[in-house]
Amino acid sequence: MVFERKHILGLEELSSDEIRLILDTAESMKEVSERDVKKVPALKGVTVVNLFFEPSTRTRASFEIAEKRLSADVLNFTPTESSVVKGETLLDTARNLEAMGASVIVIRHAMSGAPWLLARELSSSIVNAGDGFHEHPSQALLDLFTVREVKKEISGLKIVIVGDVSHSRVARSNIWGFIKLGAEVRVVGPPTMIPRDIEKVDVRVYYDIEDALEGVDVVMMLRLQKERQESGLLPSLREYSRFYGLTRERLRLAKEDVIVMHPGPINRGVELSSEVADDVHSVILNQVSNGIAVRMAMLYLVASSGGNA
Amino acid sequence: MKILVKGGQLVDPSQEINEIRTLYIEDGQIKSYPRGTKELEKDPSIKVIDASGKIVSPGFIDLHVHLREPGFEHKETIRTGCMAAAAGGFTSVVCMPNTNPVNDNASVTEYILLKARTEGVVNVFPVGAITKGQKGEELSEIGEMWEAGCIAISDDGRPVMNSRVMRHAMEYAKAFGLPVISHAEDLYLSSGGVMNEGFTSTMLGLRGIPNASEEVMVARDITLAELTKTHLHIAHVSTAGAVRLMREAKKRGVKVTAEATPHHFTLTDKAVLSYDTNAKVNPPIRSKEDMEAIKEGLNEGIIDIIATDHAPHTEDEKKVEFDLAPFGISGLETALPLALKLVEDGILTLTELIRKLTFNPAQIIKSDRGTLKLGAPADVVIFDPNKTIKVDREKFRSKGKNTPFHGWQLSGQILYTVVGGHIVFPT
Repeated sequence: MVFERKHILGLEELSSDEIRLILDTAESMKEVSERDVKKVPALKGVTVVNLFFEPSTRTRASFEIAEKRLSADVLNFTPTESSVVKGETLLDTARNLEAMGASVIVIRHAMSGAPWLLARELSSSIVNAGDGFHEHPSQALLDLFTVREVKKEISGLKIVIVGDVSHSRVARSNIWGFIKLGAEVRVVGPPTMIPRDIEKVDVRVYYDIEDALEGVDVVMMLRLQKERQESGLLPSLREYSRFYGLTRERLRLAKEDVIVMHPGPINRGVELSSEVADDVHSVILNQVSNGIAVRMAMLYLVASSGGNA
Repeated sequence: MKILVKGGQLVDPSQEINEIRTLYIEDGQIKSYPRGTKELEKDPSIKVIDASGKIVSPGFIDLHVHLREPGFEHKETIRTGCMAAAAGGFTSVVCMPNTNPVNDNASVTEYILLKARTEGVVNVFPVGAITKGQKGEELSEIGEMWEAGCIAISDDGRPVMNSRVMRHAMEYAKAFGLPVISHAEDLYLSSGGVMNEGFTSTMLGLRGIPNASEEVMVARDITLAELTKTHLHIAHVSTAGAVRLMREAKKRGVKVTAEATPHHFTLTDKAVLSYDTNAKVNPPIRSKEDMEAIKEGLNEGIIDIIATDHAPHTEDEKKVEFDLAPFGISGLETALPLALKLVEDGILTLTELIRKLTFNPAQIIKSDRGTLKLGAPADVVIFDPNKTIKVDREKFRSKGKNTPFHGWQLSGQILYTVVGGHIVFPT
């Protein structure tokens, strides 16, 4: 199979075959990361810009390492102050970077849909590094990769996503990814954090974490933003943690070989207790290292795709 | 100017006329319905229009337009907005007060009317703000704005959140016989929302505006209309629940009327699936069930009129992140063909449709227009309902090219628009 897409914007639009191709490519990339010389010339001469409108150390660092391992020329552009304050529009900023020779733009933006605007208006390849509450494809792909690595097969697994699903791009991308690869997906959280009509994508909605954990193979915890309390969606973090926090006792309701994931950064004692975070079931650090291989695969595929030929 | 409109299908709901009839216009008035036209045709000072096979109706009246002047002339001016109206078959437009400065006092009203007289090609009827600066706090000088020519009051674009202020506005407006137009939106419920709340907003990760945001305010304002016995007009109805509340209120005899826009009875929220900011509008385009309920409301007469909520913006303003784009659709130049689909789909007869574009809006603002009665101002539109057109925003007279209908194939073309006996379209 040949990857035909010029952009990777989200998992909603990827087919299951395309997802599998990215994961398979990531396996070869992981092998590169295990060599002594962790570098291949695949993107030599290609300029990749990391255009991050939101602060994000880990995703940006992971992309940057991935780009460098592929021998790309990397520019990190964090227009928090300069252009935005001066009133430059997103399109103008991106067009300037394109004029400087960028052929791949990795964008992180606080507003849903921003990467689609760039994909429509620019000629570069766009890789979405997270847009608003919408999609975070590299995170979901690395989550799928990690689960596949441990469980061998995703089809037939039971996954539960716990927490603030409404405001989570990680949740949305993972829902698409796991459903497309044949898993059963559950979501659980306070009703103020479960988005309208989510059950229409074949997701089972729970409000009780203990019911939701029953018999699952994978528990995916979402990060809780402290602002949610101020906006009236939660009475307190304390109460949230009592009703939706993951503890060792609760984890016993899941399958014996359950794995626990978290996209990071963790609020210890809020989403999950420290003991769970450091538990044998936790694959949180595997997620981080796999992130590099998956991002290498994404960049490699868009840069060499039919869309760019 | 003297005009003889020959042999057209004359549809005038105000007189229950729907037949082939010739119309003669002189001195800016509907002069006569001549039987024999031979003599008149010989007169070289009379412009003869052969309207056979076409519809001749009173000029349309749009009760909901944003002309943007003063203050936002880069989006639209009174001149370009009026030209767009004429191209859409509208001979009168009612313009909302959310300009800069806000039309909340007689001097702004006078400025708008002066501009309209000197530069506008259609009749312009301003709406005064309910509260000073549309802040929802103190009443504007409603009496003086009425004297200056305002025909209704509204804080359109913003609701009056304080129920006590709204109550007093409705009471006060009664002294001048002004209807109160409600932009029904509970700002707490809609807070931060940029599209309809539902499956599509969940998928797109965009903040939704729930139907309840409109419905709680429709319910409140109906209750206040009952209390104050003032004529309430609900702008741009977008939800099934609002139609239900209207149905119940009308049944009880509350003095309430309502409008629906072409985009709300034509599109569903799937129109924003590609983050198309040209479909970003407030109230948002809603679900299929809501769209069907609006059509039912039009069919049953619960929704009295069709208005465009013409809200022009520049391309630069719309070509940004979805969250940052302003709300609004440029609607004047696509209204008739979209509305004619209601006739094609059997929702309305042609007469009922024209009534909702002419006589009904005239009644709401107590205007003597919207009719072809002898002696009435000669505001007339002639159109071909069957002519296929392709919407091309580049050809809009409006400065606002922000339409989600670009490239659509529709039926219905405006041939002539006549205002006060003058042909204003085509120019």
